[in-house]
Amino acid sequence: MENYLNLFVKSIFIENMIFAYFLGMCSYLAVSKTVKTAVGLGFAVIFVLAITVPINFLLDTYLLRPGALQWLDPSYTEIDLSFLSFIMFIAVIASMVQLVEMIVERFAPALYGALGIFLPLIAVNCAILGGSLFMQQKDFSGLAESAIYGLGSGVGWLLAILAIAAIREKIIYSNVPAPLRGLGITFIITGLMALGFMSFMGIKL
Amino acid sequence: MADKKTNSKKPTLFFLNKESEPLFSKKNRVLLTDPLDDNNPITVQVLGICSALAITVQLKPALVMSLSVVAVMGASNVIISLLRNLIPNRIRIIVQLVVVASMVILVDQILRAYAYDVSKQLSIFIGLIITNCIVMGRLEAFALGNGVWKSFLDGIGNAAGYGFILIVVAFFRELFGSGKLFGFQIIPESFYEMGYENNGLMLLSPMALITVGIFIWIQRARNRKLIEKN
Repeated sequence: MENYLNLFVKSIFIENMIFAYFLGMCSYLAVSKTVKTAVGLGFAVIFVLAITVPINFLLDTYLLRPGALQWLDPSYTEIDLSFLSFIMFIAVIASMVQLVEMIVERFAPALYGALGIFLPLIAVNCAILGGSLFMQQKDFSGLAESAIYGLGSGVGWLLAILAIAAIREKIIYSNVPAPLRGLGITFIITGLMALGFMSFMGIKL
Repeated sequence: MADKKTNSKKPTLFFLNKESEPLFSKKNRVLLTDPLDDNNPITVQVLGICSALAITVQLKPALVMSLSVVAVMGASNVIISLLRNLIPNRIRIIVQLVVVASMVILVDQILRAYAYDVSKQLSIFIGLIITNCIVMGRLEAFALGNGVWKSFLDGIGNAAGYGFILIVVAFFRELFGSGKLFGFQIIPESFYEMGYENNGLMLLSPMALITVGIFIWIQRARNRKLIEKN
């Protein structure tokens, strides 16, 4: 149990998707003008990450990694399909996003109204594919671990976009040098926030 | 969202390719050179930033990454442009992802075979070219509506604009961070004896963001029509 909690905290703060790996920067910069939309996108990311990382974990364990096909027949131990992982992961992500969109639209129209426009954007959010690829690199031992990792990474992403959106809402009232307005200052603020987040790096969990 | 903006900015590009047009007509050359400055994918269109920042500690991986993106974008723009009349609109994103993913797998396998150490250094970032918004953004905004040759130029041009930023950022980070370029010592020993120190901060990832921020500052101070309202 403690192990899971550690992993959760670690994936939120120490290995924050945005501040440590810069994943999902495009939508982070594009959708962070107001807090309201930022929260919408953030929850959609959590949702999709928490679903796709465990699914891709199952795919990786039972289909892709070297010797994974053993459960079908002992003679398949030699087969290594890991070169297919990019295409499999992205196919899972794209179809899950489509599926989630349809399910949410059918059963929770209010939620769909809030998340709707963001869901298609998420298929091409690097944080989602990055989550699955990191999961593959980290060699998790079980489904629960990978699910917690996906959830934690999503929460970390939400935290980051929420913070920058709040700052950007306020910075309108400041006198930023004209060429730096908009994108430039956002980059620099993100850099400073990332420096702040580096202080978590010393924490051993 | 940034894609839509570029669409409306240059509607002239959406004419059909005329038979008589020479291969490197003025309009076509603009496709190639515009993304280097005025319409740079990173600093103006805000596409493809994720990978741009994480791999710019040294010049060599940055160069390999830019070349990979050039290869992937050139090829996938051509393929999508060839298929553009056959792809049903509803599933176009999945089709695009599959095409891009196949190209990326090719590049990844080639790198693993011929440049294993760089491929290890780039780790998951080669895979992340698939979701690099630059690739998808240009496919959506350009290759779906334009002829093969134009799409090819657009792909190469945008990838070059992306690579340009990568190389500039990596140049400064490696020079000031470790005093080297491509792994060769540039700052002479005598400087260190006089008390010069490498700036270790440049090696940390947040400095990539700040370097790009400063780059944007310089670019927009030169080219004032790019300045945003707030």
